[in-house]
Amino acid sequence: MAHAHAVKRYSGLMDWLTTVDHKKIGILYLIAGGFFFLIGGLEAILIRIQLWQPLNDFISETTYNELLTMHGTTMIFLAAMPILFALMNAIVPLQIGARDVAFPFLNALGFWTFFFGGLLLNISWFVGSVPDAGWTSYLPLASPTYSDGHGVDFYVIGLQIAGIGTLIGGINFLVTIINMRAPGMSFMRMPMFTWAIFITSALILFAFPALTVGLAALMFDRLFAANFFEVGNGGNAVLWEHIFWIFGHPEVYILILPAFGVISEVISTFSRKRLFGYSSMVFATVLIGFLGFMVWAHHMFTTGLGPVANALFSIATMLIAVPTGIKIFNWLFTMWGGSIRFTAANLFGIGFIPTFVMGGVTGVMLAAAPADYQYHDSYFVVAHFHYVIVGGLVLGIFAGLHYWWPKMFGRMLNEGLGKLTFWTFYIGFHLTFFVQHFLGLLGMPRRIYTYQDNLGFNNMNLISTIGAILMGVGTIIFLVNIVVTAMRPKDAPNDPWEDGRTLEWTISSPAPEYNFAQTPLVRGYDAYWKEKMDGNSGMTPAEPIGPIHMPSPSILPLFMSIGLFIAGFGFMFSNYIIGAVGLLVTFGCMFLRSIIDDHGFHIEPEELEDKGVKA
Amino acid sequence: MMNRWPVVKRLLPLLAGMALLLSACGREDLSALNPQGPVAQEQLGIMKLSITIMVLVVVVVFAIAIYVLFRFRRKPGDQTIPKQVEGNHKLEIIWTVIPLILLVILGVPTIQSVFGLAQDYSKDENAIQIKVTAHQYWWEFEYPDHGITTAQEMIIPTNAVISIEAQSADVIHSFWIPSLAGKIDTNPGGNVNNMYFEATKPGVYLGKCAELCGPSHAYMDFKVKAVDDASFERWVTAMKEPATLPEDAAIAETFTSQCLTCHAIGDKGLQGLYPNLTGMGSREAVAGFLLNTDDPKYKNEGSVYDNLVRWIKDPEAVKPGNQMPKVDLSDEEIEAIAKYLSEQKLDY
Repeated sequence: MAHAHAVKRYSGLMDWLTTVDHKKIGILYLIAGGFFFLIGGLEAILIRIQLWQPLNDFISETTYNELLTMHGTTMIFLAAMPILFALMNAIVPLQIGARDVAFPFLNALGFWTFFFGGLLLNISWFVGSVPDAGWTSYLPLASPTYSDGHGVDFYVIGLQIAGIGTLIGGINFLVTIINMRAPGMSFMRMPMFTWAIFITSALILFAFPALTVGLAALMFDRLFAANFFEVGNGGNAVLWEHIFWIFGHPEVYILILPAFGVISEVISTFSRKRLFGYSSMVFATVLIGFLGFMVWAHHMFTTGLGPVANALFSIATMLIAVPTGIKIFNWLFTMWGGSIRFTAANLFGIGFIPTFVMGGVTGVMLAAAPADYQYHDSYFVVAHFHYVIVGGLVLGIFAGLHYWWPKMFGRMLNEGLGKLTFWTFYIGFHLTFFVQHFLGLLGMPRRIYTYQDNLGFNNMNLISTIGAILMGVGTIIFLVNIVVTAMRPKDAPNDPWEDGRTLEWTISSPAPEYNFAQTPLVRGYDAYWKEKMDGNSGMTPAEPIGPIHMPSPSILPLFMSIGLFIAGFGFMFSNYIIGAVGLLVTFGCMFLRSIIDDHGFHIEPEELEDKGVKA
Repeated sequence: MMNRWPVVKRLLPLLAGMALLLSACGREDLSALNPQGPVAQEQLGIMKLSITIMVLVVVVVFAIAIYVLFRFRRKPGDQTIPKQVEGNHKLEIIWTVIPLILLVILGVPTIQSVFGLAQDYSKDENAIQIKVTAHQYWWEFEYPDHGITTAQEMIIPTNAVISIEAQSADVIHSFWIPSLAGKIDTNPGGNVNNMYFEATKPGVYLGKCAELCGPSHAYMDFKVKAVDDASFERWVTAMKEPATLPEDAAIAETFTSQCLTCHAIGDKGLQGLYPNLTGMGSREAVAGFLLNTDDPKYKNEGSVYDNLVRWIKDPEAVKPGNQMPKVDLSDEEIEAIAKYLSEQKLDY
């Protein structure tokens, strides 16, 4: 404390480019993820316009394949995950009573690598060579033989760079949750959202390396004529399917578990009731995470793995229904006997339950391999995974955003517009995807550019397109809500919902830079609620007021990511000089980071008093 | 047909207005809900079992949810604190054990069916052996026991087990005839998959490629034509008859030099690399997607002759990314060749 350094404090744009504050990084994730969500949504609308009538030729076949590939890739990697990272960053440190994440610098690096990876992927639209082999990029379709041009290169290198960010983020949150909990916050007192993020981070740690390896192998195939998947030279195309889904299935749970966490918080808060069966919820989350690694081959029932593999993976997949069912019933019984308040956030939370149940039961139906021979790669599957991802994850994200918006921005979102968002989006969602179950059963394969007339597909495709446009309208209403809200004064109180149960509601909205002036002492599960029930006005501090150690802002994460971005471009176009320059920038920044001794700075108690520190 | 899936009908109240759409189980030649053979029938059986169980689950969850939402909504100004319940072991055990039981009910027949459908008929002498090779964007059907190869249309006898050996010549495709059987992927590199199916009624069944395989994935349709035994034998004989070239010597020469360098017709031309043209005139479609009919209603329909002309004139416009080049032929030559091919009808 004796050597508190004078530190450069930036403002304006430089502040955002150099920030290592988890709350600001959360907002950056939200803006970038939201931007990619809009792009992915636009791609979806274009797909639906193409399919609204039979034999339509609104766009070309090639463009259609590019759109479906980029829609999937963008939504999963660049929209859904970053928005989840936004919520993780904004909330998890607050929920465990920490002042920041364990590695603030890495946190910034994670964001910037994701951002530049995503940018690289989307620049393909301007280069005119867009990935078109599906978000799964099955070989040999994605091999240099059948996909010349740089389309799939953008996919491989863009995702590789973005994946670094995700992996860094996952490790960071594992360490944060293990090491940075406030005194008294034992594992079994952690809020359910934090638990969900904890398990999600573990899944990221084990699943993403598989993707990294797969992408590296595919990159070698494409850039340096290696033969990992090149069938003619002894490679194996089915190997890619395995690698991809060993990553890809846990990825599904990486997406949905945080949504489970959000829903647990939202439903419990707005029912004014403790989460029913907390310990079984934790157990179910862990079990889902574990089983998530045992079921990848259910994406490959028709690949020809043989009856033994198909039978085993059928049963393993069905088993996941059990912990998921536990969660569903626990949510219902959290509401049972509660005092349910229908805020916009809670509408999304409640709407999540039946929708996710429908996605879950079609999941069990898909798990039955013989029936899957019919469902597989048909619109039934399209309906199923949109029910779990949009009906599950996206509703969860909307619930979380409406719920935590005041904590992130200091302003309450407009409730009326929020409810309007819910109803348009929710009705649009069911219109779009419910009929697709039947399209699949009636024989419509997925990823088809068009379909013949008179096959009985016309009406349902029309309904689906109308629904998609309605979802678009819902999203626009949400954007309007953001703008309207941003123009209002920053007046959200600490506990704007008045029924807050967890630590984030004990501090001001938005949280100050240092989160907690004094680290709180946690005396039980639902720490803040416990204090409220015991008649206390706030948390008992676990330490005296003293100087707060803060990490210094740094521009290095940004430059490290720009370096990777340049290197990616260089190698893609076989320009090794540019590639080397990019890598030099990255490694140079790493070198600087290693040799420059930066102990951060301290916020002195006097500064806390006069609130000189901007939040 | 409706009595086949009364359970599905119970889903209808979930979304009003769907009833109209579901008034049919889809086309007999295309829908997985309208099976025309024992394999698709068995698969529908598993679907029905699973959907019955799942509707049960959905109904229970929805009932509880609706009850809770009405019963426990907060009255305005209500400041009471509900009882903070930690959990209930009895309830939690119930909703762990009941799903497990439901899964056993679903799991046992699933496993039986997985092994049943994996039965290998590739050595069975009573089964019709067909080697399916998928190409970008067409299907090759070889009958090794009969010594014939055809493309795009698989002719099978009814009530016989059809044993399929599927593979791909390029990228991964997936072989799917929804009303007869679920799909099997066609893998490259000699990674062969086996499946079987059977058609109980004569008829033409629509087949689809179900794995994204390039820009013309949507157009990679094929047909399975089930006929009676006698007719199948006649077809086999007809396929083996020597081909007659166009009568006009100049056209015959053009056809031989421009078409038969890649294609085969009867005993003539290059065998086994590109789609076989034998019996073009009696096929259901040209290039899989241009449907042959004398009463064209839609953009992709026309007479055999018109479809052939359209296809030969600009294959890229019909199926982008396919390997058939725009052959350097005059309009007259194209029309003469189309006429000749449209007259190549097999009598069976």
